[in-house]
Amino acid sequence: MYRGREGMWSWILHRVTGLGILLFLAIHIVDIYLLGWPDVFNKLLFFYRHPVFRVAEVFLVAAALYHALNGIRIILVDFWVEGTRFHRQIFWAQVVLFLLIWIPTSFVMLSPVVFGR
Amino acid sequence: MYAGRERPTGGFELFAWFFMRISGVVLIILVLGHLAIMHVIHTVDAIDFDFVARRWASPFWRTYDLVMLWLALLHGVNGLRTVIDDYVHRKGWRVVSLTVLALVGFVLLAMGTQIILTFEAPLGREIAGRP
Repeated sequence: MYRGREGMWSWILHRVTGLGILLFLAIHIVDIYLLGWPDVFNKLLFFYRHPVFRVAEVFLVAAALYHALNGIRIILVDFWVEGTRFHRQIFWAQVVLFLLIWIPTSFVMLSPVVFGR
Repeated sequence: MYAGRERPTGGFELFAWFFMRISGVVLIILVLGHLAIMHVIHTVDAIDFDFVARRWASPFWRTYDLVMLWLALLHGVNGLRTVIDDYVHRKGWRVVSLTVLALVGFVLLAMGTQIILTFEAPLGREIAGRP
């Protein structure tokens, strides 16, 4: 069905990123629920401020960005008659857009961690 | 085959198929906006209880967060339902996994909705930077 080319990889990545984002969403709902106890909430923030999470956060952004761009590609192929004809061009446009957005964003997000502020 | 899941012919599955695409488009705007504001422009160094209290003083941000919560959670839970459909074939395991998914999804939706709608800074607590 997918013959191991772009279609298969984009499908696998769509699932993996979707599941990762859902897992983070579940954790995020629980942490926001702790706003009911302001001091507990503030104390637990050390977790999200840890350098390991700051790096994980950059990958969270990557997952959301990939899932968004690939979702647009799926919608184009589903609803736009020409979408199927140009699917390979759309795939490569998606790769280029992803890198153009993600690389500078990661730099901005990580510079306080790497260089201090 | 480069498209998404084939369009179902009718009933709930067709509704779910359209919901994924429509909520997906709205979530692109809401989630990428949220990430830009809360993870790039502001960072976890600036975000704490007072930050959220100032932010949720505005009905606009409460509405934004509530719409995003509902769409994201329903989109994610329905996505995981599709994954379970694909990989869990034994009847008993299907019933168990789909029931757990529905229960956990419902509890998370209730928790998120409650905190967004009823959040109030405790009386007498000074909120830094609030007029």
